[in-house]
Amino acid sequence: MDIHEYQAKEILDGFGVTVPDGALAYSPEQAAYRARELGGERWVVKAQVHAGGRGKAGGVKVCSSDTEIHDASEAMFGMKLVTHQTGPEGKGVYRVYVEAAVPIEREIYLGFVLDRTTQRVMIVASAEGGMEIEDISADKPDSIVRAVVEPAVGLREFQCRQIAFKLGVEAGLVQQMVRTLQGCYRAFTELDATMVEVNPLVITEDHRVIALDAKMTFDDNALFRHPQIAELRDKSQEDPRESRAADRGLNYVGLDGNIGCIVNGAGLAMATMDTIKLAGGEPANFLDIGGGATPERVAKAFRLVLSDKSVQAILVNIFAGINRCDWVAEGVVQALKEVEVDVPVIVRLAGTNVEEGQKILAKSGLPIIRAKTLNEAAERAVGAWRNDLSQGVVVREPGAQEKALRAVS
Amino acid sequence: MSILLDKNTRVIIQGITGKMARFHTKDMLDYGTNVVGGVVPGKCGDTVEGLPVFDTVEEAVAATGAEASLVFVPPPFAADSIMEAADAGVRYCVCITDGIPAQDMIRVKRYMYRYPKERRMILTGPNCAGTISPGKALLGIMPGHIYLQGNVGIVGRSGTLGYEAASQLKERGIGVSTSVGIGGDPINGSSFKDILQRFEEDEDTHVIALIGEIGGPQEAEAAEYIRDHITKPVVAYVAGLTAPKGRTMGHAGAIISAFGESASEKVEILSAAGVTVAENPAVIGETIARVMEAA
Repeated sequence: MDIHEYQAKEILDGFGVTVPDGALAYSPEQAAYRARELGGERWVVKAQVHAGGRGKAGGVKVCSSDTEIHDASEAMFGMKLVTHQTGPEGKGVYRVYVEAAVPIEREIYLGFVLDRTTQRVMIVASAEGGMEIEDISADKPDSIVRAVVEPAVGLREFQCRQIAFKLGVEAGLVQQMVRTLQGCYRAFTELDATMVEVNPLVITEDHRVIALDAKMTFDDNALFRHPQIAELRDKSQEDPRESRAADRGLNYVGLDGNIGCIVNGAGLAMATMDTIKLAGGEPANFLDIGGGATPERVAKAFRLVLSDKSVQAILVNIFAGINRCDWVAEGVVQALKEVEVDVPVIVRLAGTNVEEGQKILAKSGLPIIRAKTLNEAAERAVGAWRNDLSQGVVVREPGAQEKALRAVS
Repeated sequence: MSILLDKNTRVIIQGITGKMARFHTKDMLDYGTNVVGGVVPGKCGDTVEGLPVFDTVEEAVAATGAEASLVFVPPPFAADSIMEAADAGVRYCVCITDGIPAQDMIRVKRYMYRYPKERRMILTGPNCAGTISPGKALLGIMPGHIYLQGNVGIVGRSGTLGYEAASQLKERGIGVSTSVGIGGDPINGSSFKDILQRFEEDEDTHVIALIGEIGGPQEAEAAEYIRDHITKPVVAYVAGLTAPKGRTMGHAGAIISAFGESASEKVEILSAAGVTVAENPAVIGETIARVMEAA
């Protein structure tokens, strides 16, 4: 789960990391008022969205008057900020953060990640702050300093000093660097983060080490023990399809294609998407309904997939391991009777009692396109979708399913 | 022979009184697995399917001589249960639980390293379907009947995709020596490399099938290991060709965050190491059959 910059800064501040003075605003008027409260002569207005790269996209503005702050935030509110991390649809700006500007002498990149090779927490730092880490590793790989934390003893001071000296931080500021690094590490481990990124960490002209930006991602699996973090979830920053799915306990990722997928198991779901692509189609989503494909879950999945209006065909691929195909087939039939499905439905069942399952689908009288293998299912799904397109049926229309069925059979 | 598990391996089930654990305990007994008991704190004296329940793994091991355990404990307590098994001298542990916090797994791995290598427990999972040596024993939640006994060693992250591969093999009359699920989590007990090493040493395994997915360095690490140390033919499939970058695809570990973590990059790295890659999940069985004929 991601949180906003201002929330990450509040958290890090609580762990002894120095952050600039700042305040949150929900309107341009409030933003200007916040700046007056903060005092000073220069401020930075920052759009609060769950994505990096805000500067280039117009989500960060330096201002030197009330009017500038008002106008800058007015331009941001209601805007869909499109950065390299948001996708083309962008993310809505509903809050801005106003900060007192700090005099920057140099910028450092600082990141804490779960390193899967060492299976430990790794610190990644670079003297080339302000750039995205992907660009640093592409353009200035030699500038990257890494340190792995031994979980039994935590991040040691000597490791922090090593990092600071390697980054060329002057001796008088090393203690501040140690405090910053240890604060971030404690926040990371105590709150079950999977990523803490401070980019840039700045050294100011008046010799302070300050986290100018901050990003934190948390382990969804650990939110049960951090209710105060779980509360920071901001649905306005999520794909609405995915929020709905998460609320229903389904694992869904929205994509740009037209063929909806309902699959049990994450690996098989990915493999199904791949097969659709190889057959010449584009998957509309990733959806894992879990090991036990109960009728309720199948029905929920149909509703969810259909809520994406670009879906023009649905492929159901269930490998019945522990449960049985006849049972899954009943579930599909029941779901199709309950949910109004106006696109072709292709069902591929495999595993236990597959013949009985096929019989139930055939006897239901519902216009279900059946497939035996994964390949066949993908080809039929793509065929059904293409057929729709060739007849000019780009938007769903009544009877599309029967039409597609006739075309395929 | 087979790896990790055979007909005689004495197995205990941690969290045996849960609904799912009860169901699968019966299933494993029916398959022929030598399940000898279970562990649930505070439930000592109870029985499940006629098997004794103990309060601690230590007691269970002392009373039954258990060598392997299967963890069905809910996510908040699962890491602790794995450590308890390691401490009690269990040799092989499979953790089915999905949703264990990553930092708990960091602690588990650290804890296991307390023990010298020859006494260190082998862990597979978490978030996996388990391990099966067809015709001998099943330690997990997979449907035993889709596997034939034979000479293909399967190692994969995903449960149902592994079933898909096994059933494609069965259709062709090809059997499996052992199938091991290493799970979909970012921090797991055993990597592809750890299992490949065992298949290389197992005389019943003639061909190895590796079923990977996007995210993490373990497929690339496996490729390097295959190139340098594996003499048996390896067939691979990597799921997630269509997965977008930076998004978690169901499995907590299935997220592309660095170079070498996308499906196409992994396919490239594996091919370069001499692995035969099935370009599409529907031809996994066919590809393995072809490689077996050539071998």
